[in-house]
Amino acid sequence: MPWSETFLDVFKKNDVRFISYVPDNVLTPLIKGVTSDNYFISVNATREDEAMGMVAGAWMGGLKGAVMMQTSGFAVTPNTLASLIVPYQIPAILVISERGTMGEFNIGQVAVARIMRPTLDTLSVENHTLDDESKLPFILDASIKQAVKTQAPVAFILSPLLTGGNPVAHAKLSS
Amino acid sequence: MSESNKIFNRTELTKRLVGQLKHEEAVVAGIGNTNFDLFAAGHRPQNFYMLGSMGIAIPIALGVAIAQPERGVIALEGDGSLLMGLGCLTTVATVRPRNLTIIVMDNGLYQITGKQTTATGGGTDIVAVARGCGIAASHWVHDDTHFDELIARRFDDGGPVLLAVKIDDKPGAAQTPRDPALIRNRFMKGLGIGSGGVLDA
Ligand SMILES: Cc1ncc(C[n+]2csc(CCOP(=O)(O)OP(=O)(O)O)c2C)c(N)n1
Repeated sequence: MPWSETFLDVFKKNDVRFISYVPDNVLTPLIKGVTSDNYFISVNATREDEAMGMVAGAWMGGLKGAVMMQTSGFAVTPNTLASLIVPYQIPAILVISERGTMGEFNIGQVAVARIMRPTLDTLSVENHTLDDESKLPFILDASIKQAVKTQAPVAFILSPLLTGGNPVAHAKLSS
Repeated sequence: MSESNKIFNRTELTKRLVGQLKHEEAVVAGIGNTNFDLFAAGHRPQNFYMLGSMGIAIPIALGVAIAQPERGVIALEGDGSLLMGLGCLTTVATVRPRNLTIIVMDNGLYQITGKQTTATGGGTDIVAVARGCGIAASHWVHDDTHFDELIARRFDDGGPVLLAVKIDDKPGAAQTPRDPALIRNRFMKGLGIGSGGVLDA
């Protein structure tokens, strides 16, 4: 099963219906998947911290949710993570497509990507780098359940090894 | 903006609002004074108090409104906080939740950090901004009776409503207890989403 289908499948099995996102090229199949399926309630946010706020509100109203973003988008969110999601114990699911590594062409993405894991670790946010399709169903399902049971956020970092990376980058690097 | 708008006091107006809530409406109040005055108006189980994440009150309220479309949801936000993330108004306009009401307490100041002037103290008109973002039902509130009317009619147009009020430069009247996990737990209980099981009995 392609990685994006696995996400949709595990989301459904775990009643994760609310998805807020800021677009990213690599996430396109996942965004298409949620926006074209009536099971999901999806909202395009203008910023990733705004998306996190919506997911927090939805959770408190009884709707499980995920935020989808790229690495640069993650870098918008530490204040909201540290002062809302973590202290209020909101099991927000963060789906982050990893830019800035393994074939990046844009220097602006590279340094931003390096702040991601240290920030997640500093805030003690459980995070998993996903690079192997075969392990995906187990990691996603078990970690989403753990997030809900322990009332803590979880971050899934989508490595280029999983997604194939940014198609635009391949074109730029080989030209 | 009309010149005839009353200058409200946040503490009094919040009390006035809370007095009109009869249907377990959720109220999400922003960082600092807006949530201090919500707390000062008397704690309700459906109140959510923010302790940080400046600018995120409206997104949180939008999330609640999406999750519980049958419940009235109100966001109380300061002008400085709203200016930090005006984009959320475009999201509200796109989602068009009929149960969401945004009340902007506009003192033209970052009151709590030392009364520095915000853009709304200069030329920016929050109602014009909100209308431009696509929230057609955006209004300046002229006086108490007008406020009561707008609150009573807030579901009539079938979309989100934004009310902007000019307020004085006074601080909030109380301090909210700073226990985020407890605030979240009680708010969820107030919305009928219990997690404590037997501990909630
Ligand atoms: C991201 C961020 N930047 C700055 C601050 C400092 N800060 C806290 S409250 C506040 C002003 C809030 O202004 P407004 O929303 O208009 O409310 P008022 O104080 O006027 O009631 C500021 C600048 C902060 N807490 N977080």
